Amino acid sequence: MTHKWAMVLDLDRCTGCEACVVACHAENNIGTAGPDQAARGRAKHWIRVERYWEGEFPNAKLRFQPVLCQQCDDAPCEPVCPTYASYHTPEGLNAQVYNRCIGTRFCANACPYTVRFLNFYNPEWDKPLHLQLNPDVSVRSVGIMEKCTFCVQRIRAAEIQAEGEKRDLKDGEFNPACVQTCAPKAMVFGDLNDPNSEVSRLARSGRSTKLLAELGTRPNVNYLLQDSGKNNG
Amino acid sequence: MAKTAEQIRADLLRPLVRTSPAYWFAVAVAGSMVLAGVFAFSWQVYHGIGVWGLNWPVFWAFDITNFVFWIGISHAGTLISAILRLANAGWRRPVTRCAEAITVFALSIGAIIPICHLGRPWLFFWLVPYPTERHIWPNFRSPLLWDFVAILTYLSGSSLFLLLPMIPDAGAARDLVKGWRSKLYGLIALGWEGTPKQWHRLESAMHIMAIAIIPVAVSVHTIVSWDFAMTPVPGWHSTIFGPYFVVGAIFSGIAGLILAMALLRKFLHLEEYLEPIHFDHLGKLLLTFSLLWLYFTFAEHLTAWYGNDTAEMNVLWATIRGPFAPLFWAMVVCNFIIPFPILAIKRFRTITGACIASATVVIGMWLERFLIIVPTLENKFLPYSWGTYHPTWVEITLTVAGFGMMALLYLVFSKLVPMISMWELEAGVRKAPIYRRRAVHFDPQHATAKAGLAEADVSR
Repeated sequence: MTHKWAMVLDLDRCTGCEACVVACHAENNIGTAGPDQAARGRAKHWIRVERYWEGEFPNAKLRFQPVLCQQCDDAPCEPVCPTYASYHTPEGLNAQVYNRCIGTRFCANACPYTVRFLNFYNPEWDKPLHLQLNPDVSVRSVGIMEKCTFCVQRIRAAEIQAEGEKRDLKDGEFNPACVQTCAPKAMVFGDLNDPNSEVSRLARSGRSTKLLAELGTRPNVNYLLQDSGKNNG
Repeated sequence: MAKTAEQIRADLLRPLVRTSPAYWFAVAVAGSMVLAGVFAFSWQVYHGIGVWGLNWPVFWAFDITNFVFWIGISHAGTLISAILRLANAGWRRPVTRCAEAITVFALSIGAIIPICHLGRPWLFFWLVPYPTERHIWPNFRSPLLWDFVAILTYLSGSSLFLLLPMIPDAGAARDLVKGWRSKLYGLIALGWEGTPKQWHRLESAMHIMAIAIIPVAVSVHTIVSWDFAMTPVPGWHSTIFGPYFVVGAIFSGIAGLILAMALLRKFLHLEEYLEPIHFDHLGKLLLTFSLLWLYFTFAEHLTAWYGNDTAEMNVLWATIRGPFAPLFWAMVVCNFIIPFPILAIKRFRTITGACIASATVVIGMWLERFLIIVPTLENKFLPYSWGTYHPTWVEITLTVAGFGMMALLYLVFSKLVPMISMWELEAGVRKAPIYRRRAVHFDPQHATAKAGLAEADVSR
């Protein structure tokens, strides 16, 4: 059975703790930019927690919205790449083939969610982070675009494991780093082709919506809207 | 102007054999600008693209502004020259070659810039569909690949369009000089002897090229506009971008041509060839395109404003009354407020007037491209991802180097080739398609009677 990987983010549950951001950096060998470069807009965060204030003090509300690559079915980043570095896998993931990328940055400009990042320099890590690189993830050199992969290395590892044991993948058997680390369980990952998976169930919920759905990009990340009116404030 | 063919040839071939100290000074200035650009690019390759001011979310800025700008300037030449040839406008004769040269040089610069701007410039050849053992082809769905193909087509077409009418002149120059230059002219002249058969073939070839190059030129800037219009991004996703860009390109191209002609006129002493009437005619053309540009700009922004889409409005307000407002209104002043009265009032449409108008248009059109690219990228859909952009010395130096390269190529070209098509000029004054090395007096009636041939034979 082919899979269709998807994610559900429950905005009611997100506390904005940014543990997902840290986990993602650790899992995916994302370099640290340092304060100066970060101030110049060179920080790379494959997942970020957007923070929006609503209303005026003292009646202000704070809302968090984690944004990562939406793994669109009709991704604007894919057709514009002249070298096929931005590529749609048979499992519906937007893959970035690092070796094939020449750095036109067209994909980043075409992406409505601005979730693609350029390696402006060769990556560096604040010590001692350089000692904990993940051997399953390639390190990207200067001039290459990178972005969230839904932790494709974990997907492949789990698939290979299940194949070796001649069984189907179980729902929740593995998770991307951000989902695994989310303490309030605001993030759920799974297979949309399995109608009984938790992600399928939540994606069918009445609160489920998609970010910038009107653009027709058909994202595979679903947001469960805050139940406005109650429990907020 | 009672010039004989001998005089014309003497005047126009003089720069080929005589070089003033001012020329070497100009070469030194332009050359150092290019060298500074080479240094900046080496710096970028060594340290990484991070030495540019680009950031998340502004991934394109000066680089693509310069790219669109130079591709735009390149529309001066071939397109104008082709249209004027097909329309059989007699006044085009002294103008065509310097226009065609602008095209080839501006296009070369425009083609180099996107290579420099890559994250990994040394891999640019992956855009070429060459056979490889890995069986990977470029992605033909990408507007960047269309660009690559369109620009290469236009570059080869406009090079042919420049070289074809150079053949008879190269034939004349071949016999004038000695050494390696004689060999070079011999190569360009392709064994030109001036037989009626050769004239006939040259005319046919030029006629075919003049027709073929027009759709190519239109397609090139349309495709450049599609680099933006094909993305679902506010401020870029617009159906009128194709014609809007083509109009803007021809607009800036005419301005570039007027400036180049004025410089050639002054420094090569071509006062008797590039006359006020040429600047007057081109000034009228510039005026038309100034109005067209205003119309397109108005239509583009009015529909965005009336539609009142949140994301579009963020870009629009940032452009016309936000942080980019000074640049936006400077652009309107440069592209319309200054050039319009100068070019509309006959008394001001002098050589100086046309030059002032052209200079502001060149600045205004550079700003226009910048304002299409950067405000959009700074203000995409999610407010969290908004950013700001400031250039560094690297991209400023590379911008300057672009202008230096244009000047350098033009200077070298003016030393190698007569900047005005001699045989076309002579054909215009003598109304005879034969180019022989003997004096023919400039007296249209006399010449027509003597040669017994009408102009229609020459410049059809």
